[in-house]
Order: sequence, then structure tokens, then C-alpha cells
Amino acid sequence: MSNKTDSNVYTVIFAIIMVVVVGAMLAFASSTLSGKINENKRLEKQQNILYSMGINENEGTSVRFISSDKVSNAFSKYVTKQIVIQNGKVTSDDQAYLIDIKAEKSKPNNERRLPLFIGENNGKTMYVVPVYGKGLWNDIWGYVAINQDLILEGVFFDHLGETPGLGANIKERYFMDDFIGEHLMDKDGNYAGVNVVKNNADPKNEDKTDNEVDALAGATITGNGVAEMIINDLRLYVDYIKSLKE
Amino acid sequence: MGLLSKKDAKLITDPLADNNPITIQVLGICSALAITAELKASIVMGISVMAVLGIGNVVISLMRNIIPSKIRIIVQLVVAAALVIVVDQILKAFSYELSKTLSVFVGLIITNCIIMGRFEAFALGNGPWRSFLDGIGNAAGYAIILVIVGFFRELLGSGTLLGFRVLGDPIEKTGLYALGYENNGFMLLSPMALIVVGVIIWVQRYKNRALIED
Repeated sequence: MSNKTDSNVYTVIFAIIMVVVVGAMLAFASSTLSGKINENKRLEKQQNILYSMGINENEGTSVRFISSDKVSNAFSKYVTKQIVIQNGKVTSDDQAYLIDIKAEKSKPNNERRLPLFIGENNGKTMYVVPVYGKGLWNDIWGYVAINQDLILEGVFFDHLGETPGLGANIKERYFMDDFIGEHLMDKDGNYAGVNVVKNNADPKNEDKTDNEVDALAGATITGNGVAEMIINDLRLYVDYIKSLKE
Repeated sequence: MGLLSKKDAKLITDPLADNNPITIQVLGICSALAITAELKASIVMGISVMAVLGIGNVVISLMRNIIPSKIRIIVQLVVAAALVIVVDQILKAFSYELSKTLSVFVGLIITNCIIMGRFEAFALGNGPWRSFLDGIGNAAGYAIILVIVGFFRELLGSGTLLGFRVLGDPIEKTGLYALGYENNGFMLLSPMALIVVGVIIWVQRYKNRALIED
């Protein structure tokens, strides 16, 4: 094969054609599929928010969302109002759940939009707060549902690339369920959030007023990330939710 | 069995045992360590590699006479990367839940040495049908090791299989845990995958002395 495929001209032309063909192919795949992918992501957000409010199809110890064909109806049924808090001003916005929390977090405090989803389940009013933070390897995020007394009604966490079997277990029931019933305020009525700690002598999480849940073994940094995003992000909503009660 | 000739059948069966990509050729070790903490991830990774390697081998084989030899590695990389991106997009569009569990692993297929290794060593010199069989066979050999490693790591490390608690509940102390058994969290860390792979290599060479090199 001492032939044409060795020449420089051939090599360059081949490379150019290959790049154009592959580029066109990927662009085509991306543009035909992006509509469906974005729709999946939108439904997933709704599923996550509903999950934190306790509206899901959990069985046993598994995490099951409400199925994607039912989620749109359920979302408009249970989430009665969506608002955006910006620099103390409250506006109503029924697309608030699409706000990119990561982008908002990088803005200065007075420009940052804080979405809040108000819903009702089992006769209880719930306020769902989106949270966003960093784990060990990459981003982590979630939704925290609290009631008027600033007690957690449910949480949902997810992650981009935590270690399977270790940090990735923040999205398992035995971690998320521990948060239910935890108080955001300490015993003196000051804001404390919920911390994720080792050695709190409460592995079954029976004490709900200690502002602590039991950490995951082998996932210290991911756990700290969860605690940090809850403490920092929920703090911004406390005054507003308190003001509703009065 | 008129479907495959004896020679073609060997392309599939050889990589399963005596010419296994992981335990004999020692390719693809990196991903075998990274993703085998859970059985489910191992299985899905095995299937994804099978799709990419099967199709990729055919594509490379069809182009084998027109690929300029100077940039053949780059061409192979482009084919592997393009296939992986398409697989990723299709999973996200039609099987969103599954793509969530796979997350970064799909992208990691690009870096899998088995893919480049088979493109270079086989597809460049053989026809499409034989290349396809070779791709499927090698990916299956890879998948088998992944599943074995994933099985032991999840069982001994978390006490679960595919997420089900097969050994009882470690907190309520039922099943084996009532007898004082504890999960070995060490199994979930990557170094233990290397040790499990080492044990597989040991057992395989014990069974088949012809594999032992001098």
C-alpha cells in the first residue's frame, strides 16, 4: 500500500471531509433530539419538586417518582402558586420552576432571583425551596419542602457525579428520609438549618430538634456539601416564610 | 448452527475466557475499577460498550482502505467519540431515567482502551462482519468481568444486589447482620476492584495452565 492514502494532500482532505461529515451528523442528532431532551428535563424538575412534597410512587426502600405521563397534571394540581423573591420584592411567576438556580447563585444578592413553590398535600401547606451546591466531584442540588413552622416535610437530592456507592447515596431513601421532621430553627428560635454530622449519637435520627442528621459513611465531603447548601440557601427564605405566618 | 462458521464463532467465544480483554490482554482496567461499585452500573456499562464497539468496529472496517495511516488513531477516536455522543443523546431522549443512572459513565466509554485497541488491532485488517463479531465478543468479555466484579463489590460492600438488600438490614440487624456480620466498606473503594480482578486472573490461570507466561 505505497499509495495515495499516504500523501499529505489526501490526509488533509480526508480529515476535512471527516470533520464536516461527523459534525453534520452530530448537529443533526442534537437538533432532532434536543426538544425531547429538554422536555424530559422539564418533567424531571416537576417530578423532583413533587417528590419533596411527598407526592411520589415510593415502594419499600426505592425512590420512585410520579410517572412522567401523570406529572404535568399533578404538578398543576398540587403546586398552587409559584413566586419569585428578588431583593425583597415578591412576584408571582408560574414558570419559576424553570429558573436556573446555579446561574442565580453567582449573581449578587440584590439581583438574585429566589424561586419558591407553594403547594398543598394532605391538607398541609408546603413551601418548596430549590437548593444548589457542590459535592466532592461536581454539582449537587435538590428541593426542600418545609411547612409554616419551618419544619422539613420532605427533601429530594440529586448529583452530577458523586462516587457510586458512597456520595451518590445522597439520593437514596435512607438518607433523604432522615430529613423529614427536622427543625430549621434551634431550641432558642435562631436559624440553624440542618447539618449532616458524624458521631451525633443519633443514628436512627429520633431526635428531630437537634438540627442534625446522620452522615453517610465514606461520603464526608458530599455530606458537608448537602449541609452547606441547605443551611445557606434556606436561610434566604426564612424571613419570608415567617412573615406569612404573622 | 449454520449461522456462524467455526472460525467466526471463535471470534465471539475467545474473548469470553482465554483471550479476555481485561484478564488476559489487560485492557479496559480503568473503567473496570471506576464503575463496578454497583452491579447495575456494571451491566449497563457492559451493554453500552457492546453497542459502541460493535458498531464502531463495523464503521472502521468499512473505512479501512481509505483511512490515511498517518492519522488513523485520530480517525478512530473521532468514530468512537461520535458514537458515544449519539448513544448518550438517544438515551437522554428516549430513556431519561437510565441516562441518569449512567451519568458520566457513557462519556467514559471514549477513554476505554478496549475500543481503540480493537479498532487498531482487528477492524483495520478485517471485513465488517468479522469485525462486528470481534467487537461484540470483546465487549461481552469485558462485560462478564465487570459483572463479576460488580457482583462481589456490591454484595460485600453494601450487602445489596441491584439495590435489593439480600443479606438483611444492617440497621435493623436482621438476616446475616443479626449474627454480627458487617458490610466491608472497603469493597466500595476502587483499589478493591483491582484485587477482585487479580483474584479472577489467579483463578483463571489456575484452571488453565496454558495461560501462564514464563
